[in-house]
Amino acid sequence: MKGMTVIVKKTTQLIAGMVFLYGIYVIIHGHLTPGGGFAGGVILAGSFILLILAFGSDFMHLAKEEAGSTLYENLAILVVVFLAVSGLLLGARIFFLNWLPKGIPGELVSAGVLPLYNIFIGIEVASSILTIFLALVIFKEEISE
Amino acid sequence: MEIAISIITGLMIIGALYAIHAKDLLSAVIACGIVGYGLVICFLLLKAPDLAIVQIVVETITLIIMVAVVLDSSREERFSKPDPQGYISIITSLVLIVVLFYFFRMAIGTLDVFGSGSLRMAGPYIEGAAEKTGSTNLVTGVVFDFRGYDTLGEAAVLVTAVLGVLTILRIKGKK
Repeated sequence: MKGMTVIVKKTTQLIAGMVFLYGIYVIIHGHLTPGGGFAGGVILAGSFILLILAFGSDFMHLAKEEAGSTLYENLAILVVVFLAVSGLLLGARIFFLNWLPKGIPGELVSAGVLPLYNIFIGIEVASSILTIFLALVIFKEEISE
Repeated sequence: MEIAISIITGLMIIGALYAIHAKDLLSAVIACGIVGYGLVICFLLLKAPDLAIVQIVVETITLIIMVAVVLDSSREERFSKPDPQGYISIITSLVLIVVLFYFFRMAIGTLDVFGSGSLRMAGPYIEGAAEKTGSTNLVTGVVFDFRGYDTLGEAAVLVTAVLGVLTILRIKGKK
């Protein structure tokens, strides 16, 4: 896949960082405002897809990227399962127990383990969608070779 | 609000019908976008911003991928006459539509009026959810606390989908 024109590249340079930051904002404020791990994760993946579409694909580089995103995806889902199991080990024996102190509702650090779930689900969703996109791009590059 | 949702639903149906009958595949893909973005407006009107955020981003990314596929392969749809097996499939689907329509009609008769009263399970969730979970966003509280299993299942589905894509799109191993 070849890159696009200078206009698109320059606009992407200006916007991609902001899209990335907005995704992180949606994930971190998931327990306060609308949004959460799934929505923020897809926005994060969107910023990477924007960069790849605008600047084109350098094949070797993308293969390395795909290995990394697959690793992060699997690690994130593993951490989510560990967090869920930690409810079984600590305090009352309940799967998915919210065992951290709740704090004051409405503050950034509150709601116990919910923000942690949001963050790791966000990483998992972002790297999953990025992996699917990279797999399609690499497949096309391999076919055209 | 019902009038607005009805108009948008009508537009979505027109878009879906155009997508089926369009000669140019690129315009068919764009017409599919009408369905997705119409759904976003419906979610916003029904006061579900969480769903609307997810739907608008997923729709955009899906549209980009589909446009890339259409531009890369061919913009014309190829027609072929259905063989005997094709006619059997068409008859089966017609019978299925009639049967489903009959049972949906029966089921709709037992439902409450649209939007009146929440479902029975929703009451205990809404009551004091902010104190129970400590989260001011009720949706996150339900998704990660009361219905944690659901979220784990969804994440597992996503991982399985990625594994499937990586397995199918593996060229080097096939050779």
